[in-house]
Amino acid sequence: MADTEVDKKRRRFLIGATSAVGAVGVGAIAIPFIGSLTPSARALAAGAPVEVDISKIEAGALVRVIWRGKPVWVVHRTDEMIEGLPSLNDKLKDPDSAVEAQQPDYAKNESRARQDKYLVMVGICTHLGCSPTYRPEVAPADLGADWKGGFYCPCHGSRFDLAGRVYKGSPAGTNMVVPPYYYKTDSLVLVGEDGGVA
Amino acid sequence: MNGLLNWIDARFPLTDTWNKHIAEYYAPKNFNFFYFFGSLAMLVLVLQIVTGVFLTMHYKPDAAMAFTSVEHIMRDVPGGWFIRYMHSTGASMFFVVIYLHMFRGLIYGSFKGPRELVWLIGMLIYLALMAEAFMGYLLPWGQMSFWGAQVIINLFNTIPFIGDVVSTTIRGDFVISDPTLNRFFAFHVIAVPLILVGLVFVHIVALHAVGSNNPDGVEIKKLKDENGIPLDGIPFHPYYTVKDIVGVVVFLAVFFAIVFFMPEGGGYFLEHANFEPANPLKTPEHIAPVWYFTPFYTVLRAVPDPWYGTLAMFAAIAVLFVLPWIDRNPIKSVRYRNRAHLINLAWFTVTFIVLGILGVLAVTDVYRELGTRGTQIYFLFFAVTYVHSRPQQANYLMWFAILLAPVLLWDFMRLDPSFTDIQRGLFWQMMLIPVAYLATTLLLPHFISATNKEKEVPTRVTG
Amino acid sequence: MKLKSLKLILAAAVLSFSTAPAFSAGSSVPLQDAQVNLDNKLSLARGAKFYANYCMGCHSLKFSRYNRVAADIGLEEEDIKSIIFTRNEDNEINKTGALMENTIPTKDAARWFGTAPPDLSLIARSRGGGDWIYSYMKSFYRDDSRPFGVNNTVFENVGMPHVLLELQGMQELEVHDDGKGHVTKTLKLVEPGKMSVAEYDQVARDLTNFLVYVAEPAQLHRTFYGVLTLLFLFVLFIFSYLLKKEFWKDIH
Repeated sequence: MADTEVDKKRRRFLIGATSAVGAVGVGAIAIPFIGSLTPSARALAAGAPVEVDISKIEAGALVRVIWRGKPVWVVHRTDEMIEGLPSLNDKLKDPDSAVEAQQPDYAKNESRARQDKYLVMVGICTHLGCSPTYRPEVAPADLGADWKGGFYCPCHGSRFDLAGRVYKGSPAGTNMVVPPYYYKTDSLVLVGEDGGVA
Repeated sequence: MNGLLNWIDARFPLTDTWNKHIAEYYAPKNFNFFYFFGSLAMLVLVLQIVTGVFLTMHYKPDAAMAFTSVEHIMRDVPGGWFIRYMHSTGASMFFVVIYLHMFRGLIYGSFKGPRELVWLIGMLIYLALMAEAFMGYLLPWGQMSFWGAQVIINLFNTIPFIGDVVSTTIRGDFVISDPTLNRFFAFHVIAVPLILVGLVFVHIVALHAVGSNNPDGVEIKKLKDENGIPLDGIPFHPYYTVKDIVGVVVFLAVFFAIVFFMPEGGGYFLEHANFEPANPLKTPEHIAPVWYFTPFYTVLRAVPDPWYGTLAMFAAIAVLFVLPWIDRNPIKSVRYRNRAHLINLAWFTVTFIVLGILGVLAVTDVYRELGTRGTQIYFLFFAVTYVHSRPQQANYLMWFAILLAPVLLWDFMRLDPSFTDIQRGLFWQMMLIPVAYLATTLLLPHFISATNKEKEVPTRVTG
Repeated sequence: MKLKSLKLILAAAVLSFSTAPAFSAGSSVPLQDAQVNLDNKLSLARGAKFYANYCMGCHSLKFSRYNRVAADIGLEEEDIKSIIFTRNEDNEINKTGALMENTIPTKDAARWFGTAPPDLSLIARSRGGGDWIYSYMKSFYRDDSRPFGVNNTVFENVGMPHVLLELQGMQELEVHDDGKGHVTKTLKLVEPGKMSVAEYDQVARDLTNFLVYVAEPAQLHRTFYGVLTLLFLFVLFIFSYLLKKEFWKDIH
């Protein structure tokens, strides 16, 4: 068949060029297909930021809202609760909130909040995803005399303090997650957005 | 790399398969334009499956949610409109490609021995494809989805005695409703695609066993060189792979031009009325099936009795199955058949297109009469093809009379006193059409011998 | 049962046998050219505002979301908040990501208007483009035999009142019969509204533009991707064609 000299270099170049351009095409067309797997506008709307009116939360009380299908707690901490936080540091795994992923930078402080008074936190245990119960009382019978109020996970017994920091000896490895949020006004918190100031 | 290949080859005939079907599959070197459509049909099948899988992730097969979920895909799902348009355009393009693929088989005699099974399996694929398309069209749950399915399923109602039971069983209800949608979904996304893929596989295995035909209708396997390689054959890879890539690129340009610039296909690929949710209480003013069913729909409408109409429609498809035994002429390609055969094919092609156009139009007196005449020619084509099998021995005058008789018989049975003057006028005028058809295909070769002369088939392919 | 379904097929068949190709559903007047232009963002934004003020109380756009519409027609999310009046199940005003639904009670509405006001998300697609909408909005005329005192040449015996009456004013139908069976219908403005004819046409056009956009938001972008794709395929064609030519040099 091939009685003329075959230009192998040219063939190799054309095979390479056609394959390369074709690969770009396949890659480009994959974008919308992979995109279709990401959250749709409906999922995004359902996960839109949630406003919480904090002025109506009584001292010591916890309010639950749903954000992206997850429970988010807003706790109005009393002065005693806030003052008690540093005293627990020795008993905690990560008292200084060193694990970056568990909170935004503005919540990387002693109270793990933008304002000490109000704790905003995703109410899911970092162990296996149960929602812990709020146990604000001091030294109840079942949690022992050292308990200064906090959260207790009924699934596997993880313990967290009133800033969501995990106690040593708990199955959970990290502190509970603080979602992005900011104060829209003095009495209105928007959960789900940083408000531009991280 | 070689080690891995050896490892696999010891356990699975990978290199063997590659060689047998690709690298050392010898295809005739004279393939023309029409030979792109086999590989393009495979491409569209893959596109339909991939886009279909992604649509299934967002679609809800529930009468209360189906329409909304399609609009959800069109608006809320990132890239959803693109995937949906690819799928809807792909459905129409599938039939474009398949019709051209079948037309190729028709004109070059690819259905003839030893390829009868390739043709039969191909016809099964075509049948499965029609079922797939029909059931897929119900899923958007728009007005056309609903009423199109209503009319087609009611065809089964016309079956004597058991029709009612059959159509109710197909629907799973007394009307088209949620169970119908749900089962059509199951068929559309699982059952029929599995059958389709299986049939396509068998189609290719059968083809590669007998080898490809070509525009000259020459069997390349008859002449081989000292290595047993057909003299007119070239390895499928690289020659036809690189050629088919060019075909694929051109096809994709057409395909994406439709997807991006005219996804509704002028109201033929996505019908306007289908943007209204299904409403069992309100029939759209003008029901037309999607364009690829319309030739057969016209046949259905041409016969006034519903049951006979249904039979005629299915017969129009069934008769294609037996084509290899109708056309017994040993010459495959139209290139070497007599002129009368070419004329016959031309009539058939035009008739098929006209029947298709009539199927989307609302019926007027003119169109109804034309549809009836087209239906007559559609069926006559196969009889004339039979006669042309032995052009030298055929008694054309006798066949002219024999074939004209049923046309006239049917005509006088349907010539009703209730015809208006206009209808009666059209009836007589258009009677010329079947007469002209039979004259040009049967009388012409009788009286002008040049149109009855067959050419000698070369031993080697040309061009 | 058998008889009924037979009748259905026959009805379907007869329907398709008997109706001549219509200009558009339910009308016999030629439609006017709406000159749809989706690049005109100002027109789209005005259309959205008119829609919210005059139409949305009855006609939802339940497949669209406020924030998507705002982004597509060049409004800020804050701007679009002013047209949100529906509430969620907690009785809070809906967020901008909500669907553009309304609160009209379907059953009551069906009693008031004879039929429930349809959702108009897809009206431009089901009517095959914007011309029908544009013509419809300009074709109301006085007809005291109708419950709301108006009829429409594009949509005979429509159940809807002329919502834009205060803007357009009242028209009357004049029928000219040339005696040879050729009938022309013209509409004449008899009581001018707040707007001039040109101003009202612009309102109708803005609304049409908006509804054409809403019917298929993807159309704002798809032609752009189309051009990119075709350019890409052109490049691929050149390489693949050269590749094919190179290999086929072998074949004689």
